[in-house]
Amino acid sequence: MSRKTFRAALNEALHQEMAADPRVVVFGEDITGGTGGDGEQDAWGGAFGVTKGLLGAYGRERVLDTPITESAFVGAAAGAALTGLRPVVEIMFVDFIGVCLDQVMNQAAKFRYMFGGKARCPMVLRATFGAGARSASQHSQALYPLFTHIPGLKVVIPSNPSDAKGLLIEAIRDDNPVIFLEHKMLYDEQGEVADQPYTVPFGEARILREGKDATIFAYGRMVGRAEEAAKVLEGEGIKVSVIDPRTTSPLDTETILEFAEETGRVIIVDESSPRCGMAADIAALIAEEAFDALRAPIFKVTPPHTPVPYAPSLEDAYLPDAARIAAAVRRSMKHRG
Amino acid sequence: MQMTREQLAEAYRKMHTIRVFETRVHAEAQAGRVPGSTHLYAGQESVAVGVCMALNDSDYIVSTHRGHGHSIAKGCEVNGMMAEILGKETGTCKGKGGSMHIADLDVGMLGANGIVGGGPPLACGAALSAKTLGTGAVSVTFSGDGAVNQGTTAESLNLAMVWNLPVIFVIEDNGWGEATSSEYATAGSIVERARGYGMTAEKVDGLSLSDVYESTTAAVERARSGEGPTLLHVTTERFYGHFNGDVDTYRSDALKADQRANRDCLIRLRTALTEGGLIPADELDKIDAEVEAIIDTAVTEARAAADPNPASLTTDIYVNSRQEA
Repeated sequence: MSRKTFRAALNEALHQEMAADPRVVVFGEDITGGTGGDGEQDAWGGAFGVTKGLLGAYGRERVLDTPITESAFVGAAAGAALTGLRPVVEIMFVDFIGVCLDQVMNQAAKFRYMFGGKARCPMVLRATFGAGARSASQHSQALYPLFTHIPGLKVVIPSNPSDAKGLLIEAIRDDNPVIFLEHKMLYDEQGEVADQPYTVPFGEARILREGKDATIFAYGRMVGRAEEAAKVLEGEGIKVSVIDPRTTSPLDTETILEFAEETGRVIIVDESSPRCGMAADIAALIAEEAFDALRAPIFKVTPPHTPVPYAPSLEDAYLPDAARIAAAVRRSMKHRG
Repeated sequence: MQMTREQLAEAYRKMHTIRVFETRVHAEAQAGRVPGSTHLYAGQESVAVGVCMALNDSDYIVSTHRGHGHSIAKGCEVNGMMAEILGKETGTCKGKGGSMHIADLDVGMLGANGIVGGGPPLACGAALSAKTLGTGAVSVTFSGDGAVNQGTTAESLNLAMVWNLPVIFVIEDNGWGEATSSEYATAGSIVERARGYGMTAEKVDGLSLSDVYESTTAAVERARSGEGPTLLHVTTERFYGHFNGDVDTYRSDALKADQRANRDCLIRLRTALTEGGLIPADELDKIDAEVEAIIDTAVTEARAAADPNPASLTTDIYVNSRQEA
């Protein structure tokens, strides 16, 4: 166990799985960087440095830079996964899924069902997501509801370094196509991470704190903000539970319903757009399955239904923060259900 | 490399199997026994068979929405295929895929594909597996003339060259992308497009089984020896409309009659075999009768087979397995 960044935890997971299984290959744009040039090789190690050092350890046969050609290389990952490799491909920003969604939505996700249960497509598609880096509308979206909507995919959103490593190793070992979404503002976050390989199972929520008054559900970067809000509320005598479901598909409905029923007050924080997002999805689940236990309406804390803006003043207003989350909890507490 | 007598007899059997299969699928569709869409391969048999006879069982193909011919040529069982098309439990894909998603990974058939241009990236991936794992396999993607105008095809041609993949792009140019002619829809030359990427490419007469076989064999040899990808632009004929509900009014009766009379690859092969003294007519007649009986059984069994149990609706979405450390 030692202190590592979110980035280093992911890098360690890739190193350990590549060492353990020769079928694991990694490819994407600038995954090494510098290829074909006369300067430094492995210059980037991915746009965010997550794959740095893999080239030196495993060589160009297993660590491949691609042209800027997402359809071809995401499709190639699907085809390679069907035929014996276990590819981990990187899309620099999840927003770029727009040019290659067919290969995920109509190909990889559907093979097993369409082919009557005979295919296996063990690929991982890693991508950065999320707002906060002043990257505007085409480099900042939180598109996990898009993938969650598609049967056949698993969707993973780590919120801290320890989960990042364990969930990525689990994703690589899983025999299904897994969408693994890394919040770009979390890469430098530090935490205690075990040195040995380990897995965190999909569909098992992490319980960060337990309080009887209300439950906050949150994913990714919003988990930290939910924790901040919980600390503020504790000072006011309001004790909340904070739950990170960690994966949207599969979804830990059991834990979600258990906490909804125990506390009777639910606040869902979701960085994705409010329409057809995870907050709406979890709210519908609770309304249907735990209605009688609710003591207040379910509150969603999301950005407005707008593209992600550029200017700091706009982007800061766009994202849910601890103050908005705490306000939603207080609003819930006012209902005397 | 020329085909042996045994190979020619086998090729004839497969081509005839595809023709009879498609004729019977058409009849089943006309009779209302096919629940969804089918896209018939009749007229193009020499392409699928010529290509697949140049492959080993361990090689891969990626197919298209017009995939019945490729499936049969690569070794899929016709009984399961017919049952699949009729939407039955005994189908190749348990009735979950239908005509456009027939696949049999055990024979290297990585799936028909409902998305035009969906296949080339997948074929690059199968080729990457072969290259990385050192299996010596090659990967073939069949695409229609419509798919050459999709970005996925262009991207895959480039990636195949950049990564020097053992992949062969077979462009089956039947002159029509759905109801729009390739003459209208495709600018320039398909062969020159591939050459623009530095890829070996040639135009092939798809009416000639031996031309297709020989060009594919050369491409396979290049791919296996690490010399990289090839594109074959194969001209061919589509006998039916785009899909089973297409009345095909955009092609003249005269053109269609001329296709059947003068540009039928199966008649051409039969004539070459008999007139060339390679295989006598009575031996081919015997093959015809055997094929008819096999497809007849496939149709009879498929009609009689059970519909999928609704309980299977929610199975086969995920694999319940993972690699253990």
